[in-house]
Amino acid sequence: MNTVTIERPKDNQGSNVKLLKSVEAKSKTIFEAQNFNLWYGDTHALKNINLTFHEKEVTAIIGPSGCGKSTYLKALNRMVDLIPNVRITGKILYDNKSLYDPSLRAEKLRTQVGMVFQKPNPFPKSIYENIAYGPKIHGIKNKMILDEIVETSLRNAYIWDEVKDRLHESAYRLSGGQQQRLCIARCLAIEPEVILMDEPTSALDPKSTLKVEELIRELKGKYTIAIVTHNMQQAARISDRTAFFLDGEVVEFAETNDIFNRPSDRRTEAYINGLFG
Amino acid sequence: MKHIEKRMNIRIVLNKIAKIVFLLATSFGIVVLGVLLYKVFSDGLSWINTGFLTNKLSTSPEKAGILGPILGTVWLMLVVAPVTMIIGVGTAIYLELYTKKGIIRSLIQTNIANLAGVPSIVYGILGMTVFVRGLQLGNIVLAGGLTMALLILPISIVASQEAIRAVPPHLSEASFGMGATKWQTIRNVILPSALPSILTGAILSLSRAIGETAPLIVIGIPAFLISLPSSIFDKFTVLPVQIYYWTLDSTMVREYANLAAATIIVLLVLLLGLNLTAILIRNKFQKTYQ
Repeated sequence: MNTVTIERPKDNQGSNVKLLKSVEAKSKTIFEAQNFNLWYGDTHALKNINLTFHEKEVTAIIGPSGCGKSTYLKALNRMVDLIPNVRITGKILYDNKSLYDPSLRAEKLRTQVGMVFQKPNPFPKSIYENIAYGPKIHGIKNKMILDEIVETSLRNAYIWDEVKDRLHESAYRLSGGQQQRLCIARCLAIEPEVILMDEPTSALDPKSTLKVEELIRELKGKYTIAIVTHNMQQAARISDRTAFFLDGEVVEFAETNDIFNRPSDRRTEAYINGLFG
Repeated sequence: MKHIEKRMNIRIVLNKIAKIVFLLATSFGIVVLGVLLYKVFSDGLSWINTGFLTNKLSTSPEKAGILGPILGTVWLMLVVAPVTMIIGVGTAIYLELYTKKGIIRSLIQTNIANLAGVPSIVYGILGMTVFVRGLQLGNIVLAGGLTMALLILPISIVASQEAIRAVPPHLSEASFGMGATKWQTIRNVILPSALPSILTGAILSLSRAIGETAPLIVIGIPAFLISLPSSIFDKFTVLPVQIYYWTLDSTMVREYANLAAATIIVLLVLLLGLNLTAILIRNKFQKTYQ
């Protein structure tokens, strides 16, 4: 009797694992939020978020200003730690480990989950030093290794040909679009698994925007990318899945095609048709 | 209509009077400064020569030189500058980047602002009590330097705080976003960006310390010191104190007034030089974040 009762759950587990694996084979889950809530002081900024981001896909987060989309992105690499009076309930799993577990160091997490910001924010240093900054703070001092990382990162961000002759000039002499691609290259230099992008093209002109989008398409497949954007065409152009945030809640999360062609929620439909936002 | 006309005249007259009042207010300062400079330069300029700058003090005006006070000022600054920089910048970093906003922080902040307004002679008494007598250092350079450092610390802390606050937050975000620790971010991003403003503030507060007299007189600077200081453990005198004693004694020996005037010119040149350096640093680095 005993053996049977013990075996049955084992069997169940086995089939569960198999089921999970068949999903994984398609795409592994990188981030999984479970009933995640976040408050700034008394403001309930994120309400009961349940979202999964898949490996090596581009997930877009859209929604009107103040809907919590940037906050959610910053929760994923614990940049919200830097803001005073933030309170959190629920959890976010990263590679099946809880992000807000005290044993997980934010510094380590942020080397695996890199971030590109709304406004290009290169350091007031040379192009070379900007890229070498990340490797250097992680203890790489060898000049040859640094040279190689700088070149590889700039090549992978498709900006190498534009800057290879002026690596030691100030990064501030680049155009806005080049600065943003430099920031992406800087992020690649720490060899992250995930790149979070917080409206990376909102400060750029249309031509530079297109170049950054091309770059994101090139990076897709190598990195898991989450991108917050105000620009719905951009979400439609570059993402595999899209989450629609409204007032701190996820209204809808589906494949980008479905969200833009067959939204299941009336609020999503109203937003993507430009009725508000 | 007539009423409006009349009011109009009064208003225009008032307008002109206001302009004249403000012009007078401004000229008052300029005229006084002009008279002062004229008096100082006409009394002192002809007394300045290499002998005056390289001789030791002497009771006879023709032989007297201010090498002692010059060296004393230099030694004093060698104590004041590092002490204020380290403690001032350290305090500013702690207050701006480590403490949370709250009652304790605003209490400290208010106290620092109040300390900046405390009369300098009070710092002299404090220095006398703590460094000269309490630690039994005596009236040496080290004691004077620590006293002066206390005096200018509030100014230097506030200047450094403003410098740190002026560093764009998106720069430190970029650093944190790559997994840098707080200290790495402070050392590699925040401090280099804030350094020009920190230096400007430090130089300006140093020039305040160079000109101060009262605290040093309280801690017992000798009125007449011939020997030259050669380390921070020697007795010393400084330029403004020498000016004070020469002026005091000019009732006995008339030429001491000329010596005082000549010393004032040297002090003014020194202070102008320091302020100029501060302005140059500020201008050179001002446009870094465009």
